[in-house]
Amino acid sequence: MGSSRGEFRKRLLGEYAVTAPSLLWMTLFFLLPTLIIFAIAFRSRGEFGGIGDQWTFETLKSLSYPNYPSIIWRTIWMSVACTGLTLAIAIPVAYYIARVSARTRDLVMLLTIIPFWTNFLIRIFAWKSVLHPEGMLKSFLVWCHVLSPDAILLYRPEAVLVVMVYTELPFAILPLYAAAEKFDFSLFEAAMDLGASRLYAFFHVFVPGIAEGVLSACLMVLIPCVGSYVIPDMVGGKDSMMIGNIIVRTTLENRNIPAAAALSAVMTLVMFLPLLYFLKRKKNPDGSASPAKEVV
Amino acid sequence: MRRSHFPAILTWAVLIFFYVPIILLVINSFNLNRQGTVWTGFTLKWYEQLFSAKGRAIWSALSNTLIVALLSTVGATILGTCGAFALHKFKSKFQNFHYCLIYTPLVVPDILIGISLLIFFMAVKIQLGLSTIVIAHITFCVSYVAMAVLSRLQDFDMTILEAARDLGANRWTTTWKVLVPIILPGIFAGALLAFTLSIDDFVITFFVNGPGTTTLPIQIQGMIKRGALPLINALSTLLLAITFLAILGYQILLKRSQRQSG
Repeated sequence: MGSSRGEFRKRLLGEYAVTAPSLLWMTLFFLLPTLIIFAIAFRSRGEFGGIGDQWTFETLKSLSYPNYPSIIWRTIWMSVACTGLTLAIAIPVAYYIARVSARTRDLVMLLTIIPFWTNFLIRIFAWKSVLHPEGMLKSFLVWCHVLSPDAILLYRPEAVLVVMVYTELPFAILPLYAAAEKFDFSLFEAAMDLGASRLYAFFHVFVPGIAEGVLSACLMVLIPCVGSYVIPDMVGGKDSMMIGNIIVRTTLENRNIPAAAALSAVMTLVMFLPLLYFLKRKKNPDGSASPAKEVV
Repeated sequence: MRRSHFPAILTWAVLIFFYVPIILLVINSFNLNRQGTVWTGFTLKWYEQLFSAKGRAIWSALSNTLIVALLSTVGATILGTCGAFALHKFKSKFQNFHYCLIYTPLVVPDILIGISLLIFFMAVKIQLGLSTIVIAHITFCVSYVAMAVLSRLQDFDMTILEAARDLGANRWTTTWKVLVPIILPGIFAGALLAFTLSIDDFVITFFVNGPGTTTLPIQIQGMIKRGALPLINALSTLLLAITFLAILGYQILLKRSQRQSG
């Protein structure tokens, strides 16, 4: 008895020893800060842009700026539109990559991953010169008579959407390809032999077959979109602000930390439901569709 | 069966979409025109400026970036590897909580991690500086390292550890001679990912950096805001060239090792 108990205690001690470093670190620097924003949202504003000592509801009341609901609404529709567009492009791409020869597949995958390896700011900056009022894209579109010479491409919500799709596409293609690679394409051919049209087979056999990948891709794209700040800041104008932009503005320009905390709390709550759903689906650490495999 | 050409056409169009802005940027780094909208002639002027007094801030930002990346890679690799071991070896409610704690940062937007850490540092009155940047980077990199190591652990049949023990190896030998070599590629992949993510990070660093601790992405953002366009083009082209060479080198090494093992 005594020895087995000692063994048990030793085992438990071993478990704590390997678990403690990451558990304590993440509790201190991830869980605690996340919870703290909910508390700070009820604090008064301190001197010199700090956090005050009083508890108050003033901060929450100050959030009822007339333009905030429209910004929150824009954040939601732009994120959903970006996710929809990205998936509409990425699913056929994943289908193509899964069906071509190994050589072409390696090449396409490499070409897809390389932009992901280049600095995020630089990729967005590159778009600024593409969309520039005197830039090549506009001259080309004017030459094609698609645009009138006085049309503006930069600093509008559509520009933000295009650049968001651009930055998120690799993150959608990777999990979708990982799922499409495991898909049994003979099912697709069977459906067509049984008289399904190619489009019907694509939407009713292939897409449901890679549902897990579609779900992964959706969240991989949706979540960074909701948190966007840099893209609307760089290629968007006054009418393309998102929640991220007001968080940055209240933090760094207005130095109103409690208000920034309250806004972050709103953003956390906006994303809480999809996150919870996702975590429930992925709770099993042995799941083959672990995000690590998609990222690495 | 005749296949539809639509997915193929779309895929190559997407690749063109990926590279057009990047190629334009490279071309513009040699363009005499400041705005880079029309081609007015070839020049290396912007590259010269990069290495002159004008570019000094860039190189000090680069050294900050590398210091942060090295420290956070080491920290995150140690924490992430330990965490992955614990998650793989033990199954309990407690470990489920541990898994959620490690997994969640992967699906939380950067901006929330950044702002909550900033507010946390302000609440406990920690001075912002290189140390707060390193803490923030370790925090978001731990998850990636842990997932990379965990996926490696899951791919292996761990009964070989028992086999080693049965054949007389002690705990120490089993760990260092059997387990570590098996998961080393996972640790290496995780560390590499942590390093690149740390170098690339702008949003989180933007919140937790202090005076005099500018990293390269912060510097680049400042240059974009100030409108130092040609210099950014030149700097970006250099960074792109380094990235491409690194990937090319990696691919060659990979091919060679595959040829050796296969």
